[in-house]
Amino acid sequence: MANPTGWKPSMEKGAAPGADALDTGLLGATRGLAMEEPLVFEQGSPGRIGVSLPPVPAGADPSAEIPAALLRGEIAGMPEMAELEVVRHFTRLSQWNWGIDTGFYPLGSCTMKYNPKSSEALARLPGFAGAHPLLPGSMSQGALELIWKLERSLSEVAGFPASVMSPAAGAQGELCGLMMIRAYHVARGNPRHKVLIPDTAHGTNPASAAFNGYSTVTLESGPDGRLHPETVAKAMDDDVAAIMITNPNTLGIFESHIAEIAEIVHAKGGLVYGDGANFNALLGVARPGDMGFDVMQYNLHKTFATPHGGGGPGSGPVGVAEPLIPFMPLPVVVKEGETYRLVTDPKERPQTIGKIREFWGNTGMFVRAWALIRELGPEGLRRVAELAVLNANYVRAKLVGHYNLPYETETLHEVVFDDKLQKDAGVTTMDVAKRLIDHGSHPPTVYFPLVVHGALMIEPTETESKETLDQFVAAMQAIAAESKTDPEALKGAPRKTVRARLDETRAARKPVLRWTPGMKVE
Amino acid sequence: MRYHPHTPGDVRQMLDACGVASISELFRSIPAKLRLERPLDVPAATDEVSLLAEFQRLAARNRTEHPPFIGAGAYAHHVPPVVDQLLLRGEFFTAYTPYQPEIAQGTLQALFEWQTFVTLLTGLEVSNGSMYDGASATAEAVLLATRATGREKVVVSGALHPEYRKVLATYLASTGDEIVTVPYGQDGRTDLAALQAAVDDRTAAVVIGYPNFFGVIDALPEASAIAKRAGALAVSVTAESVSLGLLQAPGALGADVAVGTFQSFGNGLNFGGPAPGFLAIREGLIRQMPGRVAGATIDRNGRRGFVLTLSTREQHIRREKATSNICTNAGLAALAATIHLSLLGKGGLAHLARLNHARGKQLRDAMKKAGFGLRFSGPTFNEAAFDVGDAEAVVERLARKGIAAGVPLSRWYPDDPAMKGALLSVATEVHTPELIELFAQSVRG
Repeated sequence: MANPTGWKPSMEKGAAPGADALDTGLLGATRGLAMEEPLVFEQGSPGRIGVSLPPVPAGADPSAEIPAALLRGEIAGMPEMAELEVVRHFTRLSQWNWGIDTGFYPLGSCTMKYNPKSSEALARLPGFAGAHPLLPGSMSQGALELIWKLERSLSEVAGFPASVMSPAAGAQGELCGLMMIRAYHVARGNPRHKVLIPDTAHGTNPASAAFNGYSTVTLESGPDGRLHPETVAKAMDDDVAAIMITNPNTLGIFESHIAEIAEIVHAKGGLVYGDGANFNALLGVARPGDMGFDVMQYNLHKTFATPHGGGGPGSGPVGVAEPLIPFMPLPVVVKEGETYRLVTDPKERPQTIGKIREFWGNTGMFVRAWALIRELGPEGLRRVAELAVLNANYVRAKLVGHYNLPYETETLHEVVFDDKLQKDAGVTTMDVAKRLIDHGSHPPTVYFPLVVHGALMIEPTETESKETLDQFVAAMQAIAAESKTDPEALKGAPRKTVRARLDETRAARKPVLRWTPGMKVE
Repeated sequence: MRYHPHTPGDVRQMLDACGVASISELFRSIPAKLRLERPLDVPAATDEVSLLAEFQRLAARNRTEHPPFIGAGAYAHHVPPVVDQLLLRGEFFTAYTPYQPEIAQGTLQALFEWQTFVTLLTGLEVSNGSMYDGASATAEAVLLATRATGREKVVVSGALHPEYRKVLATYLASTGDEIVTVPYGQDGRTDLAALQAAVDDRTAAVVIGYPNFFGVIDALPEASAIAKRAGALAVSVTAESVSLGLLQAPGALGADVAVGTFQSFGNGLNFGGPAPGFLAIREGLIRQMPGRVAGATIDRNGRRGFVLTLSTREQHIRREKATSNICTNAGLAALAATIHLSLLGKGGLAHLARLNHARGKQLRDAMKKAGFGLRFSGPTFNEAAFDVGDAEAVVERLARKGIAAGVPLSRWYPDDPAMKGALLSVATEVHTPELIELFAQSVRG
C-alpha cells in the first residue's frame, strides 16, 4: 500500500524521544497506540459503499428533464469505502485530538468547561432535531417556547430588557451589535465614524468594527491592566459611535471604572458595546446591563457549555438596552397569551436592521444552553462564577514566582503569565506550551493578549477539580525548573503526540489546501 | 451539583492558598454598587429526571411525526446513525479551534477532507473551513467580490433564496454597496435579458441560485458568461447540496465562487441551525478568502501533518484589516457532512442525488394527478412550486393533520399576483412513494 502520511518505522529511532517520552507526565500522559491514517481519498476500493438507501425507481431518467449540459456523472476522486473503513478512519482521527473529555483544557478566553452529555440527548429528541424551521406556528410551539424562555433568562442573567437570538457565533453577535449601534446613530442623523477599542481586545472587535465601516481607535490600558476614565475621556468625541469593552478583560481583570467610562461615553452620545466572551466570571454576581453596557453578545459555547465542536458551531445571542430594541434584527419570538409567535415582518418592526442569519439562529445550541440553565438554577449559575474565579485564583497563587506575572492586579476567571523568567535560558512561551502537552494538558492560550509579550493565558473553568489543578500546577512548576536545567528538553517537545512540531511557514508558503490525485507533501 | 467537583474541604484549602477568607473576597475588584444583591430570576434548579420529562413535553409540542414537505433552504434527509455516533466522540466534540496542531491532527485532517469534498462537489479549487450558514456565506462571497474587483455594485437574482437576500442586504447596509435585484421569468429562472441589462462595468458580482429558491435549476452558465464579459465574479448559491451529486459542478459552468450549505449532508433540521455553510473559490482569489483554512505540511520528522494556514488574512492577526471578522465557524456541522460524504462516496452520492430527483418527479406526478400544475416550467431537482389555489389555506389544513405541506411563496413575493396560489414543496429519500401519494391527495382535500 502507498504510504501517503510519510511515516517510516525508522523514524521512531530517528526521532528518539529519549527516556522521558516513556515516563508518565504529571497529568498522567503516556504514549498511546496511535494509528497512522491516510486521507479518505487515499483509501477504499472501487465499488465499495458505506450507505444503505432505497433503490432509485426503475425508469428514472433525469436527462429526460434536465439539459445534458447541466448534468454530471459520478464525481472522480470521491472515496469508495465500506462503513467499517469510515468508522475506523474517524475513530482514529478522533484519537489524534485533545478535547475537554480527554483532559485539562485551560485555553484562556475560550471557557473550555465540561459539556454535559444530557444536553446532547435532549437536543436529539426528534421534536427538536427533526423540526423544520419553517413549520407553521401551530406545529412548532415547543421550539418557540424554548427560544422565548431562553431569551428571557439570558436577558435576566445579563441585565438587559431583551436579547437577539439569531447570531451564529460570538463574532457575528459583535457584528450584529455594531449594526444596531450604527442604525441607532443613523436614526439620529449621523452614523459617526469611530469605534474605541482597548489594546487588550480580541481581534474580532476591530474586525467587526471595520466590517461596519468604522475606523478604530486603540486605547492604551493603564499599568494596572485596566482602562482608565481619563484615557477614554481624551479619545471621546461626537464622532465616536461606540466603545467596545470586554469585562473582565482578557487579562482577567475587572474593568472597575466601567460605570464612569460608560457615563463619559454616554455623555457624548456614544454607546457601550460589551464583548461577552468572559461573561462566565460574572454569572449571578454582577450584570453588564447594570454597569452601563448597551449591548453585549453571549457566547453560548463558552459560558453556557454548548460544545466547541473543534471550532463551532457557536451561538452568539446579543443582549440589548432599551434604546436599541427597535433596531433588533428579525426574527424575535413574542408570547401572546399562551401562544408563541415569530415576528418576521419588518412592518411590525420598521426600524429593524434586517436579518443576520438564515432562519432563527443556531436553535440546536439553544436547547443545550437552556438545559444547563434549567439544571443549574439561580444558585447554580452563581456557583459557576464563584468556582471559576476560585480555580483561576488558586492556579495563580500556585504559579506566582515560577512564572512572571506582568500585572499584579487582582484577577477573576483567568490569569495571564509570561515567559520573562524563562527567556534567559532561551525558553519561550511556545516551548512551555509544547512541553505541557507531554505532561497531559492542553496548553493555555499563548501570545494573547497582545499587550503581554509571550503571554500564557490560563482559564481553568469551574468544572475542574482541585486534583486536576494540582497536577497542572506541578507540571507547570516542573517545566519552569526544567527550563533552567535542561532547556533542550523543552525545545524538542512535544514527543508523545502523533506529530512533532509542524512547519507552519512551509504550509503558508506552498499552500496545499485540498487533496489531489498523487498528492505529495514532503 | 454534578458538574462542580469542589468539596467544602477543597474550597477551604484553595481559599487558604489564595490568602482570602471567603469566595466573595475574590470578587472585591467589582465595585459594590455594581454587584447583584439578589438571586437571579430564573427558574429553580432541576434534576436530570425532571429535566428529561420537561424537555420531552416541549419537544412534543413540535409536530414532527411525518417528514416535512417543506424545503426552502433546509432539507429533511436521512442521516445514518453512524454519523452521529462518530460525531459524539468527545475528542471531536469537546475540542476547540486547532490552535495546537500536534494535539489537533484529527480536527485538522477532517477539515482538510471537508475542504476537498467542497472542491470536488463545486468544481472549484479552494474551500475554506466552513461558514455559519448559506446566507452569511453568500454575503461574504459578495464582499469578497467587491474586494477582488474594487467595484461596488452587486446584481442578485430575484429567484435567490429571500432569506439569503435579506442577510446580504443587512451585511451590506454599512458598506454603501449597491444591490440590484433582477426578476425571474415564467420558467422560474433568472430573466437573462434583465440580468444582461443590469450588469455593467461597475458590477462586482452576479449572484444566482443553483438550484434557486423555486427549486428550479437556474441559468448558471448564461449568468456566469454575462458576469465574465463585464469583469464581474459569478457567484453560485446552493442550499440543497445533494443536487450537486447530479448537476454539473458550478465551477465547470463558469462560477468563480460557490457558496451555500451542506446541511443536507449529515446534519438534521434542528429548527434551522446549526448547519455548515460552505465557500469555494478559484485559486486566484485566495488572499481575499474569509475564514479559517487547513493546509498540509510536514513535521520535524518529515511526516505529513496539517495546520491552520494563511492566517495573515484573519482577524486575530490582521484585526481591523482582516478579510472578515469570522472566528468560530461551523466545525462540528462540517465534520458531520464530511463523515456522511465519506460514507456516501462516489456511488452513494450519485445514487442519493438520482433518488432525490426521482422523488421530486414522483411528487410532481402525484400533484399533477391530483390536479395541481407547476407554477414554473423550468427543470427542477427535488423541489418545485405548485399552483394549489390558496396556499396558506392548504398549509393550515394539512397542519391540522400533522403534515407540514410546504411554504406559500406569496410570503416572500407579496407583490407578484402570480405567486398567490404557489406552494413550494419538496420530496427527498425520506418521503416514501406512499407518503407522497397521501400528501397529494391531502392537498386536494
